[in-house]
Amino acid sequence: MNKLDAKIPEGPLAEKWNQYKAAMKLVSPNNKKKLDIIVVGTGISGAPAAATLAELGYNVKSFCYQDTPRRAHSVAAQGGINAAKNYKNDGDSVYRLFYDMIKGGDYRAREANVYRAAEVSNAIIDQLTAQGVPFAREYGGTLANRTFGGVQVSRTFYAQGQTGQQVLLGGYSALKRQVAKGKVKMFSRRQMLDIVVVDGKARGIITRNLVTGEIERHVAHAVVLATGGYGTIYYLSTLAVNSNGSAAWQAYKKGAFFGNPSFVQIHPTCIPVLNEYQSKLTLMSESLRNDGRIWVPKAKGDKRNPNDIPDEERDYYLERRYPAFGNLVPRDVAARAAKERCDSGYGVGKTGLAVYLDFRDAVQKQGKKVIKGKYGNLFELYEKITGESPYETPMMIYPAGHYTMGGLWVDYNLMTTIPGLFAIGEANFSDHGANRLGASSLMQGAGDGYFILPNTISNYLADEIRTKLPSTDAQEFVDAENAAVERLNKFLNINGKQTVKSFHKRLGNIMWDYCGMKRNEEGLKKALKMIDDLQKEFWRDVKIPGKLDEINQELEKASRVADFFELAKLMVNDALNRKESCGAHFREESQTEGGEAQRIDDQYSYVAAWEYQGDDKPPKLHKEMLKFENVEVKVRSYK
Amino acid sequence: MKIKLRVWRQENSKAKGKFVKYELDGVDPEMSFLEMLDALNEKLIKEDKDPVAFENDCREGICGSCGLYINGYPHGKGNKIATCQLHMRVFKDGDTITIEPWRSQGFPVLKDLIVDRNAFDKIMSAGGFVSIDAGQAPDANSIWVPKENADKAFDAAACIGCGACVAACKNSSAMLFVAAKVSQLALLPQGKAEAKRRALNMVAKMDELGFGSCTNTGACEAECPKGISIENIARLNREYLSASFSEPE
Ligand SMILES: Cc1cc2nc3c(=O)[nH]c(=O)nc-3n(C[C@H](O)[C@H](O)[C@H](O)COP(=O)(O)OP(=O)(O)OC[C@H]3O[C@@H](n4cnc5c(N)ncnc54)[C@H](O)[C@@H]3O)c2cc1C
Ligand code: SF4
Ligand code: FES
Repeated sequence: MNKLDAKIPEGPLAEKWNQYKAAMKLVSPNNKKKLDIIVVGTGISGAPAAATLAELGYNVKSFCYQDTPRRAHSVAAQGGINAAKNYKNDGDSVYRLFYDMIKGGDYRAREANVYRAAEVSNAIIDQLTAQGVPFAREYGGTLANRTFGGVQVSRTFYAQGQTGQQVLLGGYSALKRQVAKGKVKMFSRRQMLDIVVVDGKARGIITRNLVTGEIERHVAHAVVLATGGYGTIYYLSTLAVNSNGSAAWQAYKKGAFFGNPSFVQIHPTCIPVLNEYQSKLTLMSESLRNDGRIWVPKAKGDKRNPNDIPDEERDYYLERRYPAFGNLVPRDVAARAAKERCDSGYGVGKTGLAVYLDFRDAVQKQGKKVIKGKYGNLFELYEKITGESPYETPMMIYPAGHYTMGGLWVDYNLMTTIPGLFAIGEANFSDHGANRLGASSLMQGAGDGYFILPNTISNYLADEIRTKLPSTDAQEFVDAENAAVERLNKFLNINGKQTVKSFHKRLGNIMWDYCGMKRNEEGLKKALKMIDDLQKEFWRDVKIPGKLDEINQELEKASRVADFFELAKLMVNDALNRKESCGAHFREESQTEGGEAQRIDDQYSYVAAWEYQGDDKPPKLHKEMLKFENVEVKVRSYK
Repeated sequence: MKIKLRVWRQENSKAKGKFVKYELDGVDPEMSFLEMLDALNEKLIKEDKDPVAFENDCREGICGSCGLYINGYPHGKGNKIATCQLHMRVFKDGDTITIEPWRSQGFPVLKDLIVDRNAFDKIMSAGGFVSIDAGQAPDANSIWVPKENADKAFDAAACIGCGACVAACKNSSAMLFVAAKVSQLALLPQGKAEAKRRALNMVAKMDELGFGSCTNTGACEAECPKGISIENIARLNREYLSASFSEPE
């Protein structure tokens, strides 16, 4: 029997959420005080979730691995956050935002969830503005908007190139307010090591205190994972270097299904790899494509200074291939087009793995001052890293791993297949299908945290009021802790010769080459074998210095990388299973004559949800069939 | 390049620390400062030694995790960047670089170059927010904010909470950090209702946690990676004074 039930409410699309809220079970204020909730993660989904649940009256325990919740990876988001406000009067609406996301995701997301995400988007902007988030404004004092890739309306709210920081700090301030009130207990510098399931329900977590090394048990009526994405599996990516997939992976191994693990967004505009020491790739916000024009020389191997190459000898390949959207095609399309040009020998820069993003025309037309107003801090960021000024010479950019559409499978309640375990933000698989549109992740995460989860969790907790919580001495807690400690000790006892970083780098290369922007059966099969071999080598030869009961950063890294090996195999298996191309998942076997992604709707119009069967057994595939009742499924075209 | 390093090593918060010297060969000018430390750590691990503990995450100057005292200045001297944005091209072959953790009573050392900045969280809890529950907010465009004020509020809000201002200050004052938050919210209509209480409570918390007082040396502004201006301190002082003279809290 298929265990997957997405629990989508009945009724017309636009009514589902309201009807759900009208019918859902509530927890009275008096009972909320008796219920404890664990929220792991303090990014744009987790911080608002913890704060909002506390505002409602629940007792919340909030966890993050950084020294303070304000440093969650969301802080690095640059370009903006979407909402269907239609402040520009340019024809935007909740439906259009929903439609853009469904289409942008190449028809691989669930209609009802996406519609709801669009529906709550406006309230997010209201909430953030009221918190004092300093969004960009027009001279008249109203909020400003800009356009992002893949859409034709202006619906993105922003705070220079630091939108994530500002939006996150709004959530962080709400969280701090509840900490002051004693409704949230904050546990910073904690690494979650495992989920504890008692009688089939998520009842707690095991953590390691990253300062003392102490292993701790935490119990609650429900557990929420807001632990972000796993793009760091590529080693080099745009994510904060400690971002990881471990919390989601532990949940998977405890029975939560993993949805579409191979759906990873490769972002088209990042500073290219400069040298072999590089530890991360810096994103150059997509908003730059509003004014920057992307090109490569028409002649192969043209080594001239880009400013000396006249227009007739430049190939503005996005404008050429996609006249309707030009430089503003969605990310997957832009990334593949860049790879295609470079693979064909037209790439620029030292490595030939870069294309130009040129502001010459924009500066000429709008003046340096206006361009500086829009992108000043991004240009500075670029100059700090490369030593070159984008006002003078075109930027060089190349795609890099950025966002994981895949994640824990959740139903309409944002609950995983483990009752009582919820997943929000980038950690779940839900709203972006096979490709995410710009500025819609902050929107989805904040929507989950402020407005969706606080409702749906009450529907679950209403039946838990009378449940007596297990003690942390329960066998399940003891077992989970013992297993976690055993694993950490195992790392410390291998005493091999190679560093964790060297393994991570090698794994990243395999994933980038075979399970990155383009995939094919032969390569994926090869990758499986290579990952397996590398994983064995890791467990034989990794070297972790230090002890358990102290700050030990190598030990932290080791457990992340060990999980990445396992997750990598699931990603590859998922990519192998899906023989179609869709969105960011490009199977070379399935493309049109023009080299565009070719979906195979009659076979793959489903979410692949994988169930763990044991370390030595292949995972089991469950299919959630996608029904499109409100949009017509079309070939995604940006021409 | 070949670089000589003097690095502060301290096993834990109770242990006594000391400088240890290292030499690192093959440093590429294109490396970032943290990548140079990565290289040092790879070397130490292979030599069976304990790697240097230092904090970092985003590696692009926005999370505020990294913060090293480099040759006597937080994040390196007066360059308006965070440690992770510093590149080895600013050093020369044969240079000696001294690396220490933040030194301040408010930020105890936990290990090597890692300090405890929990005090900043406590100051924020004392009032660094607008009291608004989810769902209560009016339509965003019903609150109009003149662009200049919004821009100034943004400039103040750009603080990454790294603590360099404290590390740079001879009094270990956290004034710039507190002023940035108080200013951001005082400049916006949304923050006005609680402005007085916020200024009083955040300053009181800062004092309670053992940060020193501000004597306007300007060292904080000079070392702040986000260019937070000491004008904000002037604004905080005004807010604080007007609050102290009006209602007693
Ligand atoms: C450079 C960059 C720019 C971006 N720009 C934009 C943009 O302009 N607009 C947009 O919409 N999206 C953008 N995105 C995407 C967006 O920032 C992320 O998808 C989003 O912020 C994820 O938020 P989150 O709440 O899911 O998780 P995160 O912010 O990643 O937070 C994860 C949290 O989980 C905690 N955690 C993780 N694992 C553990 C563990 N094992 N134990 C304890 N705690 C743990 C961490 O401490 C952290 O608090 C950008 C992404 C990048 C990389
Ligand atoms: S004011 Fe500047 S130096 Fe101080 S914490 Fe903020 S960003 Fe860092
Ligand atoms: S590592 Fe994030 S600011 Fe330096």
